[in-house]
Amino acid sequence: MVTAIRSHFHSVAEAVLVSFGALAVTLIIFSAFVWLHGANPLEVLYALYQGGFATRTSLENTLTQAAPLMLTALCTAIPARAGLLVIGGEGALVIGALATVLIGVLLEGWPFLPGVIVMSLAGAVAGGLWIAAAGGLRQYRGVNETISTLLLNYIAIAVMNHLIDGPIRDFSRTLKTSSWSIPDSLRVGSLPGLDVHWGLVVGAVCCLVLWFVMRKTTFGFAVDVLGGNARAAQLAGFRINRLVLACCFIGGAGAGLAGAFEIMAVHGFANESLVVRLGYIGILVAFLARHNPLAIIGVAILLGAITASGGLLQRRFGLPDATTLVLQGILFMSVLASNAAYGRMSFLEMIRPAAVPEPVKSKEA
Amino acid sequence: MLQGVGGVALAGTAVNTTSLLSALAADKTIIGFVYEGPRQDLGFNSSLSRAAKIISDSVGAKLIEQENVPATLAADKVIKGMIELDQANVVFATSFGYWESILRLAPSYPNVLFGHMGALWKPGDPKNALGYRGYLEEPHYLAGIIAARLSKTKKIGFVGAKPLYFIYNNCNALLLGARSIDPNMQCNAIITGDWNNPVKEAEAVNSLIDRGCDVIMLNADSCKVGVEVAERRGVMSCGYHYDLSSLAPKGFLTGAEWRWEKGGEFVKAWLNKQPFPNMLRGGFKENMVAMSPYGPLVTENIRAEVEKVKQGIIADTTRIYTGPLKDNKGNEMVAAGKSISNEDNAFKMSVKSFVEGVIG
Amino acid sequence: MQEAGDLGWWGVAIAVIGGAFRVSTPYIFVSLGEVITEKSGRVNLGLEGILVMGAMSAFAVAVMTGSPWLGVLAAGIAGALLGAVHAAISNLPRVNDIAVGIALFIFGIGLAFFLGKPFTPVAGPILPHISLGAWSAFPQVRNALEINALFILGLVVAGLVYWGLKNTRWGLMLRVCGDSSDAALAMGLNVNYVRTVATMVGGFLAGIGGSFLSLYYPGGWNEGLSSGQGLMAIALVIFARWNPIYCVYASLLFGAATALGPALQTAGINENYYLYGAAPYFLTLALLIYSSSPDRLLAGAPAEVSISK
Repeated sequence: MVTAIRSHFHSVAEAVLVSFGALAVTLIIFSAFVWLHGANPLEVLYALYQGGFATRTSLENTLTQAAPLMLTALCTAIPARAGLLVIGGEGALVIGALATVLIGVLLEGWPFLPGVIVMSLAGAVAGGLWIAAAGGLRQYRGVNETISTLLLNYIAIAVMNHLIDGPIRDFSRTLKTSSWSIPDSLRVGSLPGLDVHWGLVVGAVCCLVLWFVMRKTTFGFAVDVLGGNARAAQLAGFRINRLVLACCFIGGAGAGLAGAFEIMAVHGFANESLVVRLGYIGILVAFLARHNPLAIIGVAILLGAITASGGLLQRRFGLPDATTLVLQGILFMSVLASNAAYGRMSFLEMIRPAAVPEPVKSKEA
Repeated sequence: MLQGVGGVALAGTAVNTTSLLSALAADKTIIGFVYEGPRQDLGFNSSLSRAAKIISDSVGAKLIEQENVPATLAADKVIKGMIELDQANVVFATSFGYWESILRLAPSYPNVLFGHMGALWKPGDPKNALGYRGYLEEPHYLAGIIAARLSKTKKIGFVGAKPLYFIYNNCNALLLGARSIDPNMQCNAIITGDWNNPVKEAEAVNSLIDRGCDVIMLNADSCKVGVEVAERRGVMSCGYHYDLSSLAPKGFLTGAEWRWEKGGEFVKAWLNKQPFPNMLRGGFKENMVAMSPYGPLVTENIRAEVEKVKQGIIADTTRIYTGPLKDNKGNEMVAAGKSISNEDNAFKMSVKSFVEGVIG
Repeated sequence: MQEAGDLGWWGVAIAVIGGAFRVSTPYIFVSLGEVITEKSGRVNLGLEGILVMGAMSAFAVAVMTGSPWLGVLAAGIAGALLGAVHAAISNLPRVNDIAVGIALFIFGIGLAFFLGKPFTPVAGPILPHISLGAWSAFPQVRNALEINALFILGLVVAGLVYWGLKNTRWGLMLRVCGDSSDAALAMGLNVNYVRTVATMVGGFLAGIGGSFLSLYYPGGWNEGLSSGQGLMAIALVIFARWNPIYCVYASLLFGAATALGPALQTAGINENYYLYGAAPYFLTLALLIYSSSPDRLLAGAPAEVSISK
């Protein structure tokens, strides 16, 4: 029992240390980068904080940016737990959004809550099937899921563009080719007292639920065994194909739900503005969170803050908008490199587990 | 200015934290420009950025700009940030897709003026929002006249980004202008499907030249590729959005340019609490569009002829859409003996097809 | 200027063939680079970032020095450096090379957009081409056969890689590292070293592929310059079954697919252009589904590469 607690404490402490180490390294490299570009790194870092968190407006901006990322990150994170590398969040989001529109236009006159639930389900199921197809191709045909989901991204975007250009086009939207709109009465609004839409709560709840499922249920256990060692999972008698398909479906459903909220809470109709790299940033979020659904919430907020503060960097320091991309890239690479640090911090062994304060347990990430 | 103070007071919580620019806020007009693309694209965004400087200089305002802002809630947040963190009291949200953001934000910030480049304002929309947009088909019509005078193959090549009313109008005007000189003129049109896809645009231009077109005009975010590829293949070209004459010293004829600085008049009126239009469409007459400087192939005779037609357009005696006119699928667009006033915005916005003579 | 010549359906065919020559060069370089990297047992999914960075560096250097060939060299060097970053991180234990590729994709694009801002509105020099169509009376044919020097260089590199993989010591080392790192260790090879060199060479070639975009076709620097050619190259390598010669064919096919939509529209067929544009993706997916099997590797696939597992 004691050893169990100790190793648990150590793994949490290790994860926290490594993550903050990676963050520190990122900020150092990034500071050097902006310094070379003639900006004062301290001012830039302060602006990052200010644009991301310091005011109510900034915080609302951050949370708005974070909401879809929580859901698109699941598209990579959940299959990753089963040992798959899915990068199809962008496509699943688009397909989910299209399904939301196609179902939504049929719901004229529906009461709010049932309408929204039906549209959300439509988006989630469409996105889930889209990625599950890639999972199926892998299990039954041996098609690599990374490549197939990459291709499916392009195919999804082409399908959307094709549909909004003609078959489901609303010609009254004159300046941009756009699809039909969902009924205004079924548009999802902001959270009470906060200028952030409900997608944030839904995203966070999904992450929490999945965290629970992955940690506390036999399904989660089976998936982790499969992700750790496919052979062991086979020997243990798990139905591997079903597990993989389920993980792909859940992940795709996350991204599809993100698409549903982009329609219900943001646009009201589908057009090219859906394709703004939310799926690709979601991959980044998933890896930064080490595919842990609980950590995804925090990481999505962090990345939301980076995007949100990009504006201040442009307007105050004349830094290009791509500064945020550079920062994201450095952060991603540092975190990946930091994986090598695991298991090398022997000094942690010297800390007695008795010193663990109670709250740490809830922070495990 | 009062508006600035009002904006800050309304923002409330924003003033709690130290803003680097708060010192500037109280006594200076701050104009924010939000772009969906890079503002040096030699296209739509360059035309806006050029006007942004003119507008802010004309009222002695400080200009803040942010580019590559997607037309999602991100745009709402950027605009909000400009108002609350940077104390902007005029915001031009330039991309078509930002109109929804303006509709969401304008009621909460009655002391901020919101400008949009799509002319979508209609009665009932917020009074502190305005839309304006030039009739760019008018310079296209004149470009068509020049093309007809200089083309040897009698074929114009047109590349459009999306199947939208103004793209149709521009292409139609181009060919109708050409046909006003030579009824045998034809036009091949290609829709690429993307606002910014240089490889596809270059392929489209090459295809058109292979088809025998010897004047090229491209309607996308930037028309740089169209002008450059045409020049390299030794055919003539016209620009779009912005002055591209320097990119094709031999074959450049002219171009259709915006004059967004018209927005300066609304800003002045707003600051002086005078009335301004919430929705304005106009062409040469209202100084909202212009021609790019002529290239060397355009002779004095042609220039004089074009100038005459331009006066006709201003007087509405020369009309772009004059009957009898069919679209390229054979449906009647304008009946014989009828013509459409150059100011008839409703008709122009209803155009969903190319005119007869356009292949594509 | 140009005499009128309407070649009808032949015109469509010529435009597509010409398009294949014009558009394929970046695909050739990027896919050859990826073949070398994957043959060593690594996947670099960040080639899109390298391609874009290559395009930007090539243009910037060409504008500043006036020499497009120095630009090409700069693009290669920038690509090799980014490749080195990929390799250095992937060499660490417990690091997934695909994830590093995605990180590099974001970083490369960000860096290129960041540093490239001042070069957007600038006109730059272009690379020379060779006219092989002087025999034809039709300007369309003459233009279609204006072959860029980099395209020819790409063919040469493809031949060299094909030959080198089979017949040189380096080729053997690459293949051993790619097929079994245990065997490579047994042979006394430093697997990480070989893979680092292979990723850098792959990056060098991908960077050159980018330089074609900014220095020849369509030319100029613009943030929308690449429409995913670098990402597609990953699929293209599978499509070509890791064979450098097939990479050239597949690149030509993908190039032709880009040209098909516009060419059909000039002939009056103007429906479904988005679907034509996505044809390479549909094709690759169909080919993968057709040729894959859960029981064995794809023909030609290096066993150590994560995307073939």
